[in-house]
Amino acid sequence: MQHTMTVLVENRPGVLARVSGLFARRGFNIESLAVSSTDDPSISRMTIVVAGEDNVLEQITKQLRKLVDVAKVLDYQDIPIVQRELAMIKVNAEATKRAEIMQIADIFRAKIIDISEKTFTVEVTGSNEKVNAITNMLSPYGIIELVRTGRIAMMRGEKTP
Amino acid sequence: MKLTGAQALLECLKREGVDTIFGYPGGYVIPLYDCLYDFPAIKHILVRHEQGAAHAADGYARATGKVGVCLATSGPGATNLITGIATAYMDSIPMVAITGQAKTTALGKDAFQEADTTGITMPITKHNFLIKKVADLPEIVAKAFHIARTGRPGPVLIDVPQDILNGHLDYKPVEKVEIPSYKPNTEGHPMQIRKAARAIASAKRPVLYIGGGVISSGASREVVELSERTHILVTTTLMGKGAIPESHPHSLGMLGMHGTAYANYAVAHADLLIAVGARFDDRVTGKLDAFAQKAKVIHIDIDPTEVGKTVHVDIPIVGDCKSVLTDLLKKVEPKVASEWNEQIMKWKNEYPLCYKKSTDGLNPQYIIEQINKVTDCGAIIATGVGQHQMWSSQYINCTFPRQFISSGGLGTMGFGLPAGIGAKLGCPDKDVFVIEGDGSIQMNIQELMTAVAYGIPVKIVILNNKYLGMVRQWQELFWKRRYSATNIEAQPDFVKLAEAYGAVGMRIEREDQVEEALKKAMEINNLPVVMDFHILREENVYPMIPAGQSVEDMMGHK
Ligand SMILES: Cc1ncc(C[n+]2csc(CCOP(=O)(O)OP(=O)(O)O)c2C)c(N)n1
Ligand SMILES: [Mg+2]
Repeated sequence: MQHTMTVLVENRPGVLARVSGLFARRGFNIESLAVSSTDDPSISRMTIVVAGEDNVLEQITKQLRKLVDVAKVLDYQDIPIVQRELAMIKVNAEATKRAEIMQIADIFRAKIIDISEKTFTVEVTGSNEKVNAITNMLSPYGIIELVRTGRIAMMRGEKTP
Repeated sequence: MKLTGAQALLECLKREGVDTIFGYPGGYVIPLYDCLYDFPAIKHILVRHEQGAAHAADGYARATGKVGVCLATSGPGATNLITGIATAYMDSIPMVAITGQAKTTALGKDAFQEADTTGITMPITKHNFLIKKVADLPEIVAKAFHIARTGRPGPVLIDVPQDILNGHLDYKPVEKVEIPSYKPNTEGHPMQIRKAARAIASAKRPVLYIGGGVISSGASREVVELSERTHILVTTTLMGKGAIPESHPHSLGMLGMHGTAYANYAVAHADLLIAVGARFDDRVTGKLDAFAQKAKVIHIDIDPTEVGKTVHVDIPIVGDCKSVLTDLLKKVEPKVASEWNEQIMKWKNEYPLCYKKSTDGLNPQYIIEQINKVTDCGAIIATGVGQHQMWSSQYINCTFPRQFISSGGLGTMGFGLPAGIGAKLGCPDKDVFVIEGDGSIQMNIQELMTAVAYGIPVKIVILNNKYLGMVRQWQELFWKRRYSATNIEAQPDFVKLAEAYGAVGMRIEREDQVEEALKKAMEINNLPVVMDFHILREENVYPMIPAGQSVEDMMGHK
């Protein structure tokens, strides 16, 4: 079962190593990890996507809370959230295929943000599923490079972690 | 007050109540060592290997309950501490390790004797710090001690670059430590405590399973009171030894792989297991699916990650053992001894802890019984790791908490001697016996010099079987007696070795010499004594539940 969690940590050197080290050491698998600063400069925010049974997730949550630099851990299981991921996809785009690719991009409300003689670079934002879907659609043309940010998420409504 | 970083560091240690530190100097920490001259209240013990410093600080902490402090230089000094830090981490021992480091400006550039000490120690410390600004020093030291001694205790490392030691700051003592992201929960949830009291009231076959958390939170008295009020019998782990006097009629001794048969039978048949400050280690549980299968589980522990980590818990209570037990005692009604108690006593009579006295060699178990006798069960015991450790855990009769000092979680050979030195310095009024194997003692034998240099009269018992006995036992039982690399007949003459260090040496080969030797050792109060007991070479530790198996697979009980 996939879980999305938000981890608020002290914005200090080495904190990322503590968190990723914990996952590696305890055999938990990170599916994606997005880190950045927040409106409070002393706090960084990590959005971590992990897969595991409930008991594993419980361990992960507790182990994270145990780290001295971790201020807050929230597993969004059963909490309504909005979630987004951004991807950039560099795809083969010979002249004959360009119209088709632009059409696909349109359907996914993706943008073409760079162009060369042989390629397009497509930017898409949305759920993981949406990014997967456009990736699948573009792969027959030959994807040359793909980069995804990993998921970020927020609770719906007024609530914050 | 204007101070250098080095002065401020020692000032902070003094404020934390540190009276003894164990260390070894090197280039980057010379400023700190120089400064020691000005702090006579802090006694520095110069060990002969940094591993010895870490274990000694650990032994000091285990014996006293205070934070143990060790100090090493950067690079190799710091890496030599690693085994000692990991040992303390696995057993939740409060310790602060201070390491020197290259200058902040040189960090990351492979400077001479630079090692990524905070990186290396991340998985084996409760937390660690690298001081990058001298002004941060007082706060970091205060935080380190606070983290080490609160919640679930553990080692904390502070890495101090040389320019920090030489830098200057306007020193103000830290009055209050504030770490917003670190707030251990000490009080148990009242509803959970009520549930536990109800479960205890209705249980027919309850057992108390006590671990090191009871020792570290100072909850022994509460455990004994709970047991006496409810007539629930008590088994302890290696780390919990001493939580209840082992001569108490309610004590079942240790459980697990080399635990007593009756403690393991009790747990196997229990309908309620009350785990306090214990973590269901595999050396305790054996095969998980077969462990305490019929029992509902109450688990009291300060560390939420331990609750539900390996076994399913019915009534989790997160909190400090002493605080939770105190609250629980307000709710628990007296119970009388039942058929269940009789049943356990029957097992105890039927399958007592025992050994066969040999006529052509010295039994290690006999030697340990004699230690009980000559010390009147009052000495602190520090052990190495191996068969001798397990015989000690079985036959040493503990009468008070913090009496039995042994590396449980990591199982670190070489722990006994330095830990015993630390314990003796922490508790100078107590006798300290170090029980070591002929293999284990050689892993930190150099600390004999430390003990001689400071006149620390630890009494070292070597149970010498000329084997890496515990490994040999497994080879005998599970590997067709193929004793690959476990024969250590090639060994020094320990008497001569002791004498070379300036200690007292004795060699004991017969039963009739045992008591006399121990008594003689008890009379020597200014030097360590090494007693080299030549024991039966192939004596085994029994009973034994082989790794990953269950109580049904127990070997060698009666
Ligand atoms: C540092 C370290 N290395 C290896 C081991 C594995 N080991 C566990 S017990 C043991 C044998 C110990 O031999 P000895 O000290 O003579 O004690 P005995 O078992 O003979 O009483 C070994 C090698 C260990 N626990 N620690
Ligand atoms: Mg041996």
